[in-house]
Amino acid sequence: MQFGDYILLMVSMLFLNNILLAQYLGNCPFLGTSKRLETAIGMAMAVIFVLVMSGAITWVVEEYVLKAYGVEYLRTLAYILVIAALVQLLEMFLKKNIPALYSALGIYLPLITTNCAVLGVCLINVKEQYNFLTSLFSSFFYAVGYGLALVLFAAVRERILLNPVPKPLQDVSIGLVTAGIMSLSFLAFKGMV
Amino acid sequence: MASFAREFTKGLWDEIPPFRFVLGLCAALAVTKSVDGALGMGIALTFVTVGSNVLISLFRKLIPNDVRIACYIVVIAAFVIVVELMMQAYTYALFEKLGIFIPLIVVNCIVLGRAEAFANKNPVLPSIADGLGMGVGYTMALVALASIREILGAGTFWGISVFGPSYKPFTFLLEAPGAFVCLGLMLAVMNIFKK
Repeated sequence: MQFGDYILLMVSMLFLNNILLAQYLGNCPFLGTSKRLETAIGMAMAVIFVLVMSGAITWVVEEYVLKAYGVEYLRTLAYILVIAALVQLLEMFLKKNIPALYSALGIYLPLITTNCAVLGVCLINVKEQYNFLTSLFSSFFYAVGYGLALVLFAAVRERILLNPVPKPLQDVSIGLVTAGIMSLSFLAFKGMV
Repeated sequence: MASFAREFTKGLWDEIPPFRFVLGLCAALAVTKSVDGALGMGIALTFVTVGSNVLISLFRKLIPNDVRIACYIVVIAAFVIVVELMMQAYTYALFEKLGIFIPLIVVNCIVLGRAEAFANKNPVLPSIADGLGMGVGYTMALVALASIREILGAGTFWGISVFGPSYKPFTFLLEAPGAFVCLGLMLAVMNIFKK
């Protein structure tokens, strides 16, 4: 791919095909951790960290284990195990060596195993047949897009909490409607790509 | 038998996902563009939930507590692979349509949630009822959401035209923003009925 293609891919991953708002992945932690800006930033950082690493490792697993032995049908199992193990290892490593980062990510690390954005991006990388570098690139920018949407959304939600919301619409309901409006604004980048 | 019925029916209304428990939203948003996709997803999820509930309930005394989540994920992933291969073999069009959302059943919080909250504490029969109830409830919710989106957004139901050729479809509902807004409003309607 040319340099220009990468730029286009980046804009598309950040906005137009935003993993959260256009591809609907990772919505449960999105609504759960977006009530405060600080927790949203912690979650966003954890997702970027884990997604880039699992993007790299699942590419290696795909190429040198699944394809080499012709067992592609075990992909789902292999990937989820890789992600779960990675999150566990990362947690232990950070706790011991970089306690500052560990306490910053805190409880968001273990939650990431069941964040479908992580598994989803790894599967998208395989489906699009990206090579190693492009996989890394795509994992990083999908994750940044996730973080961007999460942080923006948390900022909006903090404001909503201060306003009177009709009773049936409170909490998740108004959150989803807000997400819909944000998703609409992300769609506006369609003209660019 | 009474308890079987009770475990089954709680998933249909009192604890119906994704409305009462806001879990499994990704699939609920992504596959509800059309009614057939929603029904297919619901059935696949029901199969996985019942299957993993049975197995986890059978082995609940053998699984060590410290690594239980990992064990659950392996069991669930095995059932997801079964579903994936079956759909690829028998319903290929649906398999293509649902795409990566079939493997993503692994991380659907409903399945893991039932394993953790119910199957590891209860015998096999109630676990079957629980899985079946949650699965059917989720299917109903998805089909309801998909019906609204397909009928208003495309003017069709199961691919058959509802309003005739003069209807101008409200395509907003088929796009991503429409999915979020529609689910949000459905939740609000459910909240009105909540006691």
